[in-house]
Amino acid sequence: MITTVDLPQVGESVTEGVIGKWLVSPGQWVDRYDPIVEVVTDKVSMEIPSPFAGVFIKALVEEGEVVPMGSPICEIEDQNAITQDDEKTPPSKFEFMDSVRSVGPTGSGEGGEGRRDALQESMQPEHQLPHMYQEVASAQDRKKVISPLVAKIAMQNNIDVANLIGSGIGGRVTKKDIEDYISEKEIALGLPNQNEQPETSKIHISAIRRSIADHMSRSASEIPSAWSMVELDVTGLVELRSKLKGQFESENEVPLTFMPFWIQLVCSALKSNPRLNGRWDKDEIVINKRVNLGIAISTDEGLIVPVIHNADDLNIREIAMELNRLIKSAKSGSLALSDVQGGTFTLNNTGALGSIASVPIINHPQSAILTTEAIVKRPVVLTGDVIGVRSIMNMCISFDHRVCDGAEASAFLDEIKSLVENISELTIKI
Amino acid sequence: MATITLIEAVREAMLEEMRRDSSVFVMGEDVGKRGGVFLATKGFIEEFGSARVLDTPLAEASIAGIAVGSAMHGLRPIAEIQFADFIWPTINQLVGEAARVRYGTKGKLNVPMVVRSPYGGHVRGGLYHSQSVESFFAHTPGLKVVIPATPYDAKGLLKSAIRDDDPVIVLEHKRTYRSVRGEVPDEDYVIPIGSADVKLEGEHATIVTYGLTLHYSLQAAEILAKDGIKIEIIDLRTVRPIDIETIITSVQKTNRVLIVQEDNAAVSVGSEVSALISEHSFESLDAPIMRCTGPEIPAMPFAPTLESVYMPTSEKIETKLRELLSY
Amino acid sequence: MTNAKSLKNKIGDLTKEDLLDIYAAMVLVRTLDERVWMMNRQGKAAIVASCQGHEAAQLASVWALRKYATDFMCFTYYRDLAVTTALGLTPEQSIRGFLAKDGEPLSGARQFPQHGASPELRIINQSNVIGTHVPHAVGWALASKMQDEQTVVACYFGDGTTSQGEVHEAMNFASVHKLPIVFFVENNKYAISVPQSSQMAISRISLRAEGYGMPGFTVDGTDVVESYRVASEAVSLAQNGGGPTLVEFDLERYLPHTSDDDDSVYRNQDEIAQAKLRDPLKKLKQLLEEEGVLSPAKDSELHTNAKREIDSATDRADSADFPSDHDVYSGVVQDS
Repeated sequence: MITTVDLPQVGESVTEGVIGKWLVSPGQWVDRYDPIVEVVTDKVSMEIPSPFAGVFIKALVEEGEVVPMGSPICEIEDQNAITQDDEKTPPSKFEFMDSVRSVGPTGSGEGGEGRRDALQESMQPEHQLPHMYQEVASAQDRKKVISPLVAKIAMQNNIDVANLIGSGIGGRVTKKDIEDYISEKEIALGLPNQNEQPETSKIHISAIRRSIADHMSRSASEIPSAWSMVELDVTGLVELRSKLKGQFESENEVPLTFMPFWIQLVCSALKSNPRLNGRWDKDEIVINKRVNLGIAISTDEGLIVPVIHNADDLNIREIAMELNRLIKSAKSGSLALSDVQGGTFTLNNTGALGSIASVPIINHPQSAILTTEAIVKRPVVLTGDVIGVRSIMNMCISFDHRVCDGAEASAFLDEIKSLVENISELTIKI
Repeated sequence: MATITLIEAVREAMLEEMRRDSSVFVMGEDVGKRGGVFLATKGFIEEFGSARVLDTPLAEASIAGIAVGSAMHGLRPIAEIQFADFIWPTINQLVGEAARVRYGTKGKLNVPMVVRSPYGGHVRGGLYHSQSVESFFAHTPGLKVVIPATPYDAKGLLKSAIRDDDPVIVLEHKRTYRSVRGEVPDEDYVIPIGSADVKLEGEHATIVTYGLTLHYSLQAAEILAKDGIKIEIIDLRTVRPIDIETIITSVQKTNRVLIVQEDNAAVSVGSEVSALISEHSFESLDAPIMRCTGPEIPAMPFAPTLESVYMPTSEKIETKLRELLSY
Repeated sequence: MTNAKSLKNKIGDLTKEDLLDIYAAMVLVRTLDERVWMMNRQGKAAIVASCQGHEAAQLASVWALRKYATDFMCFTYYRDLAVTTALGLTPEQSIRGFLAKDGEPLSGARQFPQHGASPELRIINQSNVIGTHVPHAVGWALASKMQDEQTVVACYFGDGTTSQGEVHEAMNFASVHKLPIVFFVENNKYAISVPQSSQMAISRISLRAEGYGMPGFTVDGTDVVESYRVASEAVSLAQNGGGPTLVEFDLERYLPHTSDDDDSVYRNQDEIAQAKLRDPLKKLKQLLEEEGVLSPAKDSELHTNAKREIDSATDRADSADFPSDHDVYSGVVQDS
């Protein structure tokens, strides 16, 4: 018997998933627990296993579609079900011979054949039954009568039905009327129609792209985001890293980039500026006690933000190792769901691509996101009004103005500035 | 593939099941030597003997009740009630008893029986050989009610009914017995009880129907097709349980529904279908759910002029469809 | 229990005039029966049930009711064409019923032929469903007794009917309450195709009467005189407050159950030929000839008259209209 398989619930706060690649094709046998489709939630790809053995019949959703948890995604013929389903058999042909009654009123008659009924054959055309439904008063204005279907279409398209001409009884607006109106309106507004479109090519929206798009849209529409920037003298950081790099990398076999330092400094600054490690939750602002720092990483598939959990507890070495692991997993597409969940603050090294200023979009539902821009050697004015060459880096923040104001954001940035401009082996936890 | 009539399909279903399973037996009035007044059991007593083909006394209540008892004790009786008009004495045993045994014994006993009966009019049957009785049984939890209208459906559903471990009422419209011919596969097959069938695909309106009126609906659809109107027709095949999924899929497509049945309208299968459609696909409706049914008079009259007023026909269905489409 | 011999002395025979009247009625009914059977073959009468073989019992019962009951009501069944004709349903009215024409008095052609009611003719035959009328008949008798009427109810049915549960319940009740009713069982030994041996384990239905606590008789239903004698005693008993009687007429069915039946499947020709030897028409004719009441000329005249009457009845019924379709809605409940 053909059974519908629904998208199972995964992850606590996940309500929907984006369908990825189908791993089986119609007609293929699947064993119980064989993976049948990839699904992306929170930008992590998971495989959904078959709940029973049988023949895969068809997919009900396409790659790229957003599907709520619990809704049907495919059909599999369960091999253990007893009843045979006749859906696959072609409809059988049959014919109804209306002309003559072929059984008698109380039996089949002699030899199984009913007798002719000459009276029935000579029947006049039937008398019309009176209408079982009240005649609709044709004079009445029935534009105001809106069927549930027309109401739904009108609401979805923001249409006032009173503007339409109805072809239903008494001028009622029917489904066809409103659909015709919609397509006419699109033409009138110069919306693209088949004949006038300029030459284009199309890029298929992958599961991850869709996921990113939805996430960004949500952040942009929900969070009133404000922005600020500071300029940091990172000469000390650059020297410190140079000094530690060689020994660190040979001991730990992972690279020592600037990021572990920034991560530790940001965790410090968040401890004294806790609002930036919180989130707006309608009736209250929730402050996270630990810092789970998300690091934005660019992959071929798109942007992904794996999380270093409890980063405020880790030393530089531990951060570097975990960071390395996450980057490697992200690039190879093997991040686990837990690697991308639970983030409380996000850091984006936009400087790696040469940016000196950027306006990042907050990683919903967090309350702030920080960028580290490119480190550039610049001439600066030093104490005593002399010119020197220093390594300068901009740092930008977008923050949720519901959770805090510019003062807190600036205080946070200022703390980081202070920490980095006074950095030494003694001030960090290696 | 063979092309046979509906009554032949009924006969084949029982024949094959009796050969396949020795616990299946037939009981009813005139089913033995006569082979049934519609020849549904022709040749059975010769093949299986009088132990498995019982000519019962003229007593419907005990036909049903004795079938219940034998089913509780390991057999699979197919009880024929000669005409559905005579089914009323069985209400006590079918509705009051058979439907309740599994539930009332918490599963320790069950009743794998079938009651078959010819029903329906347009055969000059008058008040007592034309009745539609399905709504009384379709109302009852614990029963299943099946109404096939083609040979393929009749054979597949009757086999399912015989193999079913709970009581199934199979109603066969007597006018379809010899008037409907159709293809039936040579190999064994069953049709699951509770699955409706889209007999005609369309887009402008949906007819939900069963029994003889399926064929009148198809005739009406053919007439409307000449005007470019495409009607979708769903044959319920089972009236308890009703396959609401198939109906909803269609309503979402066409947005207009006409329910067609020979039975009177009030408190009928059509009433239930209408309520279900309204509950499950309210927002898909662009017109009220309409019904074309037998009138509110207690039975089908004998005189041909009066009988034709009673019966839903292709002309009446066509008129109702045009009314629905113009809403 | 009284026997047939003592009946003869106590109540007396039919007069020769009575016998001739009965014969004339029998000839008329036989002609009518053959006519409607033919009309079925022509495709004009959708359903016909013949009473051929039953005429003596049916007519004798009506004659008994007329003589020994102050008033009576007959609950008939589908095979009682002779009863209804004797009670005054004309051949034309019957044929209108078979042809489903307007002017049919019992149901306005809403029902099968011979079904419906004409209380003024003392005919009630509501249902084709076997046996449902037996409790009705008992109820009518109950009401009659409770209202101190002098009415005897005659309830007619066949052998198969006696298996139906409601029939037992009705007869039991009638006996408990000593109701003024006679149960006339027309036992032709077949319920469609089911022979009596499959229907019941007893060979005489009248045996059941003792189980109900009422008198029971089995009588040759093809013999007018015997049938009349037994029927008369039963009617008198009811009339005088003595309660019900079960009268079993032993008789034969010559034709299939109805025009929709094929009896070649379950009955052989020899058996039918044997049954026709008991033809009540032949037997009564023989008796009348022996009594010197029926000459060949008279017999021929009776047959000619019957044919003429049936022919004109056929013509009138055939040319009549069908009921108007506007009529179909009236009378579901009062004022509808």
